[in-house]
Amino acid sequence: MDDAAGRSGPSRRLVLGTAGAVAGGLALAGGGFAAGRATASSASTDAYDFFGDHQSGIVTPQQDRLHFAAFDITTDSKARVVSLLRRWSEAAARLMAGSELGSGAAGGAYAAPPDDTGEALGLPASGLTITFGFGPGLFDDRFGLASRRPDQLIDLPHFSGDTLDAQFTGGDLCIQACANDPQVAVHAIRNLSRLAFGDAAIRWAQLGFGRTSSTTRAQDTPRNFMGFKDGTANLRAEDTDLVDRWVWAERGDGQEWMAGGSYLVARRIRILAEIWDRTSLQEQEATVGRTKGSGAPLSGGSEFTEPDFSVKGRDGEALIRPDSHVALAHPSAHGGSMMLRRGYNFTDGADSLGRLDAGLFFLAYVRDPREQFVPVQNALSSSDVMTVEYLRTTGSALFAVPRGLAPGSVLGTEGAYVGQELFG
Amino acid sequence: MPRPALARPLAASGAALAALALTACVPNATADDSAIAVDSSNDACDVAATEVPSGTVVFDVTNSGDDVTEFYLLASDGLRIISEVENVGPGITRQLVVQVAPGDYLTQCKPGMTGDGIQAAFTVTQGEDVATGDRAEELAAAGEQYLLYVRDQIETLEDKTDAFLAAYTAGDDDEARALYADARVHWERIEPVAESFGDLDPMMDAREADLAEGESWTGWHRIEKNLWPPAEGYDLTDAERQELADKLAADTAELASRVEAEDFAIDAFQVGNGAKELLDEVAAGKITGEEEIWSHTDLWDFQANVDGAEVAYGVLHDVVAETDPDLVEELDSRFAELDDLLAQYGTIEDGFVLYTDLTEDQIVELARAVDALGEPLSRLTAAAVL
Repeated sequence: MDDAAGRSGPSRRLVLGTAGAVAGGLALAGGGFAAGRATASSASTDAYDFFGDHQSGIVTPQQDRLHFAAFDITTDSKARVVSLLRRWSEAAARLMAGSELGSGAAGGAYAAPPDDTGEALGLPASGLTITFGFGPGLFDDRFGLASRRPDQLIDLPHFSGDTLDAQFTGGDLCIQACANDPQVAVHAIRNLSRLAFGDAAIRWAQLGFGRTSSTTRAQDTPRNFMGFKDGTANLRAEDTDLVDRWVWAERGDGQEWMAGGSYLVARRIRILAEIWDRTSLQEQEATVGRTKGSGAPLSGGSEFTEPDFSVKGRDGEALIRPDSHVALAHPSAHGGSMMLRRGYNFTDGADSLGRLDAGLFFLAYVRDPREQFVPVQNALSSSDVMTVEYLRTTGSALFAVPRGLAPGSVLGTEGAYVGQELFG
Repeated sequence: MPRPALARPLAASGAALAALALTACVPNATADDSAIAVDSSNDACDVAATEVPSGTVVFDVTNSGDDVTEFYLLASDGLRIISEVENVGPGITRQLVVQVAPGDYLTQCKPGMTGDGIQAAFTVTQGEDVATGDRAEELAAAGEQYLLYVRDQIETLEDKTDAFLAAYTAGDDDEARALYADARVHWERIEPVAESFGDLDPMMDAREADLAEGESWTGWHRIEKNLWPPAEGYDLTDAERQELADKLAADTAELASRVEAEDFAIDAFQVGNGAKELLDEVAAGKITGEEEIWSHTDLWDFQANVDGAEVAYGVLHDVVAETDPDLVEELDSRFAELDDLLAQYGTIEDGFVLYTDLTEDQIVELARAVDALGEPLSRLTAAAVL
């Protein structure tokens, strides 16, 4: 990494006169999750390592902000796609380190546009992670990769109630940029999409303004747009056995190039906020299966008490209703199957009727979407009062997220790149 | 779409039901500093106050035990239940709001929901005047009155559905198209009740997007798409039409028999929630033109939903006029505004303009009127039966 970062131009920090911070930031290893929570104020602790067995941005402690972009590949040349992935990999390493791209935002030729757009100048790395994924379209007949498409990378079925907008659906490639500063995340997507012109173009994108999951035990459980704590039962980075079981693809899973990778389900779920807000607290809690205040399951206890679906009330009905969200989504209803959720609250302003266009941008990493996502979503779409009455899924996509790049890999025009096992 | 809210017995609603059956109710009570903390543990029932002035009393019941608990306010005979809160899980806090007259009472926790529980004396002294009345009876009557309306609408629905299906199976498409929206009005007026039958609703009223892959599609909207095909190639054979018609007729008959059943009842809180849900239906599907995506007859459904909400509100009107006159004033004016606005586009008798003929500004105006009514209407249940 130091090699890669040192090869080209001054870093964001070099410009700022804080040389050495880059190397300090890069001391964080192991995909980032051992690093603890990034803080926006400290340049020496807020950068995650681009390199590792797995790509960053999955078990990394979930950052507060998101800019996600799905791309259409606009070239028919496999070599151009490889070239794009090389450019992206090199740029991602620099962006994550908090460095400027190329000759920087203000240090290049006076007669040429700057290599870096510049809005992140003066900002620390901000815990930025950049995660690349491959959609089904990469495996169509353009690039000769059809035989290497993983069985797990299905075309997602139509779920009951889906009202998908083509504007938020599909994509040949994706980039998930997460950071604790929205400007840093947006800067990353902006500059990476700029590097792609001619080879790939943004098909759709989504900003997320607040995390709705925790991916480590040290983090508080955040609230979603329904006002409830979300992701209480999420997989956490510390649960390494469960993460190995439910998140990371292995060699025996089918396509060997995906070993160490994962599958990313992205769903743009609009919340009918105005209607939800007119629902009584009693009905809201019954719909979720948890209390609104503490997040305790209605069977009793506190937030992290396991829900007990067998506890019955006076009328013989379960205290946690069988058609509540927690009952239908709980791992116990799906053979113990789990997901690593990494979602964000979003709002894209208001719709033409003046209603909030807001909700949950659901992101989840799984080892096999056929087993871990589709059955859960089918149960929710058909029976979950929350999903049926208060949610509308308006976007949907699935991506194969390949493994990370080994530490020490050399980047550049002939160098290593994310996904190289697929093309190699 | 399935909407089980009305049919399922709400576990936590026992308190509300008991309250409406047995005692006067209180509007718009909110938790405040005067709430009396109740700690229900495995072997104790600690009530933070033993004497309060009459009026609205709020108990915050916390279950610090290991089992599900209940809290009761009993008459001094220890038998008659004034009000209760049930199904409080361990660690959970639930609120009980009750209006009490001066006198001697008992508080009682019942950890484990069995046995005699743990009782203690509770005294209510003379405080603010407590309105008395036969609210419980009024509310019971409201539920019965609304049930009559539901039965009447479903009877008409059956008749009009038969006529519609006769034209449809006879191949008289113009006549079928003319009858479609007018028949559906009677479904839409009582939609929350129809939707409470989670098995019938998807077979009768599913939109195409509601289906999961591989599910078969029957009911009104399947026929709608056949009568207003979006393009060439949506024709059905006579046999296919007959099959759809028979299915819808049979499902409608089944719906009628269920609401005619002797043990089918509608409680006052369900009436209030039903009114709110009807406005939700307008806000979610009709105002966006999604409900009748092929026929564009959304305004018939819109008016019918508002009609149904207005009837539900109407049967609760007198109760709420006592408990929350401000709310009644607001609802009266908001219903009138929305009705006036809808009247600009037609009537159920003479027909409405199609959704696709509305301008963007007109749709926004309607949406705003729906929100202006929907927000206060969401407070109706609490005002009526809390």
